[in-house]
Amino acid sequence: MALTLDNCSRIVDGEVRLQDISLTLEAASLNVLLGPTLAGKTSLMRLMAGLDRPTEGRLLWNGKDVTGLRVQDRNVAMVYQSFINYPTMTVWQNIASPLKVAGLPRAEVKRRVEEAAKLLKLEPLLKRTPLQLSGGQQQRTAIARALVKGADLVLLDEPLANLDYKLREELREELPKIFAAAGSIFVYATAEPAEALLLGGKTATLSEGRVTQFGPTVEVYRQPNTLLTAQTFSDPPLNALPLEKRGDTLLAGEGLSWPATGPLAALADGRYILGIRPNHLYLKRPGGEALALAAKVAITEITGSESFLHLDFAGQRWVALAHGVHDLAVGSTAEVYLDPARCFVFDAGGALVAAPAR
Amino acid sequence: MAEIQLRGLAHAYRPNPQGPQDYALKRLDHTWRSGGAYALLGPSGCGKTTLLNIISGLVMPSQGQVLFDGQDVTQLATEKRNIAQVFQFPVIYDTMTVAENLAFPLRNRGLPRAEIEARVRETAAMLDLTATLGDKARGLTADAKQKISLGRGLVRRDVNAILFDEPLTVIDPQLKWQLRTQLKQLHKRFDFTMIYVTHDQTEALSFADQVVVMYEGEVVQMGTPEELFERPAHTFVGYFIGSPGMNVLPAQVEGAVAQVGGQQLQLPRVYRDLPAGARIELGIRPEFVQAGLAEGLAARVERVSDIGRYKVAKLSLGALPLNAVLPEDMQLDGDETRIAFDPAHLHLYVDGRIVSGEGR
Repeated sequence: MALTLDNCSRIVDGEVRLQDISLTLEAASLNVLLGPTLAGKTSLMRLMAGLDRPTEGRLLWNGKDVTGLRVQDRNVAMVYQSFINYPTMTVWQNIASPLKVAGLPRAEVKRRVEEAAKLLKLEPLLKRTPLQLSGGQQQRTAIARALVKGADLVLLDEPLANLDYKLREELREELPKIFAAAGSIFVYATAEPAEALLLGGKTATLSEGRVTQFGPTVEVYRQPNTLLTAQTFSDPPLNALPLEKRGDTLLAGEGLSWPATGPLAALADGRYILGIRPNHLYLKRPGGEALALAAKVAITEITGSESFLHLDFAGQRWVALAHGVHDLAVGSTAEVYLDPARCFVFDAGGALVAAPAR
Repeated sequence: MAEIQLRGLAHAYRPNPQGPQDYALKRLDHTWRSGGAYALLGPSGCGKTTLLNIISGLVMPSQGQVLFDGQDVTQLATEKRNIAQVFQFPVIYDTMTVAENLAFPLRNRGLPRAEIEARVRETAAMLDLTATLGDKARGLTADAKQKISLGRGLVRRDVNAILFDEPLTVIDPQLKWQLRTQLKQLHKRFDFTMIYVTHDQTEALSFADQVVVMYEGEVVQMGTPEELFERPAHTFVGYFIGSPGMNVLPAQVEGAVAQVGGQQLQLPRVYRDLPAGARIELGIRPEFVQAGLAEGLAARVERVSDIGRYKVAKLSLGALPLNAVLPEDMQLDGDETRIAFDPAHLHLYVDGRIVSGEGR
């Protein structure tokens, strides 16, 4: 089974919700939709589910056009951010409900419920009602109910957003295994880059209703085609440095210049934007070819093992993420370094010219 | 801003508590300094919200007192305590403008118009809301609304403390950064006493000078982020702070020698007279486990996940699962590897609590 979106757009009251989306989701795959609020993640899921129709374009299941098919007639399951369970039913009854609606024989219902409960570690809780469960257990129940149907397509809309940090951590680790065992096409929306990386699979980055890139998750992270994709896939935010290469020299605003070293030496003359991930903005010179720049410390946040330094540089807010505790005084000037071999280089239009070597 | 003292404080939601299990909040004595930024961190049900509600006056403690600058406020109603509160969801009037929202608490107190205007302007400037002062609150984004909620607290100059209850829950990750750094800057500039409840370790650690880690109604450790990371006083702190959390490995220990995962490990310190029958565990953070060595403990490599900035290797030491954080460029080849624990960061826990041992 494969789901294809062919040039799908959705425009509501003249407002573009989704634009020109073409994607193919392979059978038994995990697909992450990554983007901030209002990027179009939920709109895209509703389209895939058949809850909304595209105003342009087609949806194909194994090449067969299903654009007009109603949600009831598709084999789809959804899991939402807020856990939705029937409060008066037990966990067992909650998981079984879609099967009962479908009129499956009792023995088959029992078999499937037990299988899903086992996968989601709900076996000891089957007799409880949702109110007797923690948030994590409630969401597991909702996921089990989505899995039990054996749906072709399972859509999860930020399913962990309302859970405790540690529960999220635990479920993020288990979910890819659960998905692989279930074998449906899974689509998982998140606003958190780290979550996409932990889940793996493939990722589609979304921005303002467009899919900016779609590919294996780590590859999108390491080889973003555009500045926009790199920004969408960076938390803390990506640092961007517009500059001009002229001969052997790099010129940035405010009279800054450096010799063009490392991979930057090979660039043709012209305007570029360097993208530097916060963990690649260093407090200590990483090597001879590093570019040094002086930034003003706006604030330091220390997480115990790491420090986030928020810096003001050339009218922009930058973030450096450094190992260890670095409590730099607010307002002081910090020397920070870029390693040319660790920078993304984008052209003035934002297209990728070079990515850090791996 | 006020110093906050919690004196013999405890709370049970049900009457006639019998034992410790009946207390949502077990007895605690703490003094939080004026101008300090404190985070109450813990999983749901740990008592952090109960504690916050006692400080704000929403809950009357069953035992003990709350003092603001030495004055007992335990019996005072919330509105008499002069505290500002920011909740999970913004509390503002959608039909009013930003300026009207900010002015509301002052109008209620009957302040002169000129003073109200001056304070609204000042507060808006503090929070970068000046440009939106004339806008209706309805159309604003969640982060702007949350700033207004905060502004409504700050506009009153007499606040003793600002209490935050999971204030960033509804904010996008990219904006969380902005809002959090802005809060921190406000704190540095104006010296507010801030108490911030969260279950998110990143928020707690990056916001607070002092993090108060709570577990099952108890404060298990209070310290700087660095202290909590370097030397967790309780295995729960080790597990809860850090991602992945600290490895907690059951072991048998005799003097300076541990048996762990079927192998022998020399410890950096000597532990004598460990109580018989107690739970003995070694704690080592994944950041302090080195893998891919030529010699050391033998471990099996189960899986290596690339999570961008670094990799996490899932290992087994005998039958014990163990995480190691690897640098982003490191490859761990093969199914077997040799590992070592950084001795400066290897701790011993007896029934969950850290034990120091003696130098060798």
